Amino acid sequence: MIDLDDTDRAFLRALAQDATLSAGELGRRFGLSQPAAWRRVRRMEEAGVIAGRRVVVDRAALGFGVTVFLGIKLATRGRVSLEDFERAVTAIPEVQVVQHVLGLFDYRLRVVARDIADFERVLRRRIMTLPGVGNVEANVLLTEERRPGPLGLA
Amino acid sequence: MLDDTDRRILRHLLAEPTLSTADLAGRAGVTTATCWRRLEKLTAAGVVQGQQAVIDWRRLGYEVEVSLRFTLDKTDPRAFDDFLAAAREVPEVTTIETFLGRVDARLTVIARDMAAYQEVYRRKILTLPHIAEIDALMLIATIRETEGLPV
Repeated sequence: MIDLDDTDRAFLRALAQDATLSAGELGRRFGLSQPAAWRRVRRMEEAGVIAGRRVVVDRAALGFGVTVFLGIKLATRGRVSLEDFERAVTAIPEVQVVQHVLGLFDYRLRVVARDIADFERVLRRRIMTLPGVGNVEANVLLTEERRPGPLGLA
Repeated sequence: MLDDTDRRILRHLLAEPTLSTADLAGRAGVTTATCWRRLEKLTAAGVVQGQQAVIDWRRLGYEVEVSLRFTLDKTDPRAFDDFLAAAREVPEVTTIETFLGRVDARLTVIARDMAAYQEVYRRKILTLPHIAEIDALMLIATIRETEGLPV
């Protein structure tokens, strides 16, 4: 864990909006030289605070009009290995996110599909046939919004 | 609209967003100039909307991540708007989603530890307007996270 100062946090806020900002642009925006800005970005990358990039696309324009979150409860817990379930679920191309969670469900998945009919196909052929799958709850995503998070408090 | 070259470039870009344009071009089997032009075109058309840095909150000491799922009291027509506006004011909220289904809205909430989470939950979450029901999923591990599409 590394300590961040106000400038680092301002950099993170800016990069979380636009990861393509160059060190020169960041420096100009926050009153630092290009090399000083570069060193700060590099330090946060090396510490793993900046973990990578996310390309934001218009999924509907690419033909994926439906995003569904699934909550999955495993039916035969203890007998089916979590590894088997995880290996099988991560092999499904339509599954973007797999999270192991504690609560009402055991896993949380984000699934993309072309339309509701396509989603039904993925659900029936791919999800319901996963090893150990039990109760499944589906919620269709309407809107999503990423927030800057507690960068003012970090 | 989109041809096979566009799709190939997008597929590789979504799978590996940190690739340079030259490397991306190599993977997609086009020249760097073509790749750059196609990306410009896709961006201008709004297909590519931007690139965001991914922050690893655990590295900043936020050890707890909870997915809170809400059913709202929809007898009030302003329920969604009020709830979303209030949720935006909570700094520990990193994502806000709305759904069609049993769940109306979902918030991702992060905190440094369980004590801090409990504090946020009591003071900032339970006080959000128009909540009918809440359930919580605590994150144990993210097994996979990608924006990749089977395009």
